[in-house]
Amino acid sequence: MGVDGIGARVARKEDRRFLTGKGRYTDDMSVPGMKYAVFVRSPHAHATIAGIDATAARAMPGVIDVLDGRQLLADGIGNLICGWMIHSKDGSPMKMGAWRPLADKTVRYVGDAVAIVVADSVAEARDAAEAVVVDYDPLPAVTDPVQALADGQPQLHPEASNNLVFDWELGDGAAVDRALAAAAHVTELKIFNNRLSPNPMEPRATLGIYDAGDEHYTCYTTSQNPHLARLVMSAFYNVAPENKLRVIAPDVGGGFGSKIYIYPEEIVCLWASKRTGVPVKWTSDRTEAFLTDAHGRDHVSTVKMAFDAGNRITALKVDTIANLGAYMSLFSSCVPTYLYATLLSGQYDIPAIHANVRTVYTNTVPVDAYRGAGRPEATYLLERTMETAARELGLSPAELRRTNFIRSFPHQTPVIMNYDAGDYEASLNAAMAAADWNGFAARKAEAEGRGMKRGIGMSCYIEACGLAPSAAVGSLGAGVGLWESAEVKVNMVGTIEVMTGSHSHGQGHETTFAQLVADRLGLPIDSINIVHGDTDKVQMGMGTYGSRSGAVGMSAVAKALDKVEAKAKKIAAHLMEADESDIVIEDGVLKVAGTDKSVPWFQMALAAYTAHNLPPGLEPGLKESAFYDPANFTFPAGCYICEVEVDPETGRTKVVQFVAADDFGNIINPMIVEGQVHGGIAQGIGQALLEGVRYDDSGQLLTASYLDYAMPRADDLPSFVVSTSNTPCPNNPLGVKGCGEAGAIGSPPALINAITDAIGNNQLTMPATAEKVWAAAQAAN
Amino acid sequence: MAKITMTVNGRQVSGVCEDRTLLVHFIRENLGLTGTHVGCDTSQCGACVVHMDGQSVKSCSILAAQAAGSSVITIEGLAQNGELHPVQAAFKAHHGLQCGFCTPGMVMTAVDMIQRHGSALDEATVRAELEGNICRCTGYHNIVKAILAAAHEMGGARQAAE
Repeated sequence: MGVDGIGARVARKEDRRFLTGKGRYTDDMSVPGMKYAVFVRSPHAHATIAGIDATAARAMPGVIDVLDGRQLLADGIGNLICGWMIHSKDGSPMKMGAWRPLADKTVRYVGDAVAIVVADSVAEARDAAEAVVVDYDPLPAVTDPVQALADGQPQLHPEASNNLVFDWELGDGAAVDRALAAAAHVTELKIFNNRLSPNPMEPRATLGIYDAGDEHYTCYTTSQNPHLARLVMSAFYNVAPENKLRVIAPDVGGGFGSKIYIYPEEIVCLWASKRTGVPVKWTSDRTEAFLTDAHGRDHVSTVKMAFDAGNRITALKVDTIANLGAYMSLFSSCVPTYLYATLLSGQYDIPAIHANVRTVYTNTVPVDAYRGAGRPEATYLLERTMETAARELGLSPAELRRTNFIRSFPHQTPVIMNYDAGDYEASLNAAMAAADWNGFAARKAEAEGRGMKRGIGMSCYIEACGLAPSAAVGSLGAGVGLWESAEVKVNMVGTIEVMTGSHSHGQGHETTFAQLVADRLGLPIDSINIVHGDTDKVQMGMGTYGSRSGAVGMSAVAKALDKVEAKAKKIAAHLMEADESDIVIEDGVLKVAGTDKSVPWFQMALAAYTAHNLPPGLEPGLKESAFYDPANFTFPAGCYICEVEVDPETGRTKVVQFVAADDFGNIINPMIVEGQVHGGIAQGIGQALLEGVRYDDSGQLLTASYLDYAMPRADDLPSFVVSTSNTPCPNNPLGVKGCGEAGAIGSPPALINAITDAIGNNQLTMPATAEKVWAAAQAAN
Repeated sequence: MAKITMTVNGRQVSGVCEDRTLLVHFIRENLGLTGTHVGCDTSQCGACVVHMDGQSVKSCSILAAQAAGSSVITIEGLAQNGELHPVQAAFKAHHGLQCGFCTPGMVMTAVDMIQRHGSALDEATVRAELEGNICRCTGYHNIVKAILAAAHEMGGARQAAE
């Protein structure tokens, strides 16, 4: 293994450009003749559109054109779709209401786009957008998902009576009911999972370029999956034929799920570029981001957990209502179902589980995957319940968990998943040691002396990553396969370009993917370039989400490398008149094992392309591609422990220590993995302590700026104590599991368990603001 | 419209823009220096921090016209002769960036912070000083580490020079 190979803390190849201001984000792109777009958006949460008059706006300085939904419809541009079919338990398909890229008859949330203004400058477009007269007839709105299900509420889509999108179940309800009836103890809890705004620091942006000469479209966009964007825009939205559409996602400033989806703006800017004959760029401002980026979470659940006399869990019953917002976003249906209920077994051996999930339309922005996507909701529910049960049963939280841990693998849960490997007790022990769990009582006593309430809480999470085996997800309703593709091109002088369908928007693929190649071939990392994010350069791809880039994307690279190595060995064997089975690749040299014969890598590469002396019948060149379809999900797991101090005078919570002990399987670059965990924990602490999207009853978004939506700042957080253990994943060639979401999944329940421990009141909802904590602490006294 | 002249990264530059143009847009659109970013519309995120006459400012909260005649340093002007500034180098060494979008503002804020506090910086001060810069990727852990390391190194270098 070279110094830059697998397992090394290699500083990132991509950092130099980001640190010197040379990053290339979508809003940085500029092409000749480019104009600027501003969208006219609904100020109402629910209204019909009686008419749109853009006469005055069109006459304003710098305005090229104003286009609305009627023209979009006339040009045959299709509805936005949800790509994962879910059937209700009565067998009926989910009720997908029409989502027009520009609303032409009805608007259903504040921010719903109704027209696009294209002008010489952003300022002129903004001025003109204010002059577009939209005649709205306001309708009553509903934003609360529980309320939206009731009779007599405003109805969003004619297909969905009582706003119910689907009523779905998983598991054996009868078995669960029998176990509940026979239980020695039942813990019951009501769980709210607060609505969040993902907030990548780069706001969404797109640049649509129509080339009339070639009838070709180019779309620069802030996407986590440019190939998927191309597929959806061509196959479903009828924007352009697939072979005439190039999608480029250049440097992307964070995604966290919110940049998976294809939004109206990409579609409309491409279409508007053809209509106006000029390239059209749109960049979201932060207010628009709050209004229109897909939100995350927003679940209301009840849970019952049954125990036998030995404190072993015998059943889990969950009933969840999930808010999907005004329309079904691209993956919205799978988040509260197959990414949620399938993880309800957690790290525990639970014989019977039943989950019922109802999803609901409301007059709010669509809700879809946000970092963790379903798995944070499952973990929060389960780990709050475990902590509550431990308190009710008079057991230590660790003891109750140890009693119920799954200890042999593979383990088939009652909710589809088959866990392949893990050692949950190892993570628990590591976290408790790092947190000095045994010293907590003394620290609590010391804090009491200062008038502070100190608490400690843990969370043992599991997640399913490496999305996903194509046939398996296909059988569950997915509209696409979740393989990944890669090409490895060896240049004539032996340098290497890897084209991957994974997309890096902060994860450091340009470094970690290069580490894999460096490790395999023993080449310097600087001779390896990773290419991603451009449908003209990368053959195919499914993009980056669900911690899939290592387990799936890098496995595709490994598979292509297998082919490259096999051909390289053939060529080298021929050059050295040796048997190819005797060739080994070490330190950038192809050697005949057990002899002093060798050919440098670059010389073999040159031979592949000069083709003067190749084995008979072997094609010239050295470039191989592969598609990799995973055999199973991967199952990262770990234990997080949080310690807090609550000021009883103010209710202010200070996170005094946060410990994470994760099992991600094999690790390519520990420095990058730690960074992923840090960021995930910060988002989890944000959810638990600070963040919460709030709409008022009329559907106005109250939290549409950084003055109103509390993002975690540096002084809200401590430094984190992180460590990893390793049970390698047996189902992919690298033994990796994925680390992108764990922090956000495992941390919220640890924090709320700690606060409720500190104040002695289990009734507390996220975000645990000072006001709420103070009130809960008062109620406990 | 106004013609505005200022010194940016040591070179005198001019541009014509609307009176209402913010400094950040002048830098990005008129000068084509796209390293300075816009991450919010309420002067909260700090992605747009530059130095104006030696002080860090949020370039979204000042008009281009107000900066006329001043000397502005952007992220593009920090590295000298292809050599990363010690703060840039520390961010790389300590993995203080992920997606890179907040990074220019973080680095410019950090340089200013270290200039004011020197090697006396401690973690609590760094965290308090970062109140006006939001990062969604790193959880700040490695940003704090990078700034402390850079402060230490720069303080050490200064002492050695004295």
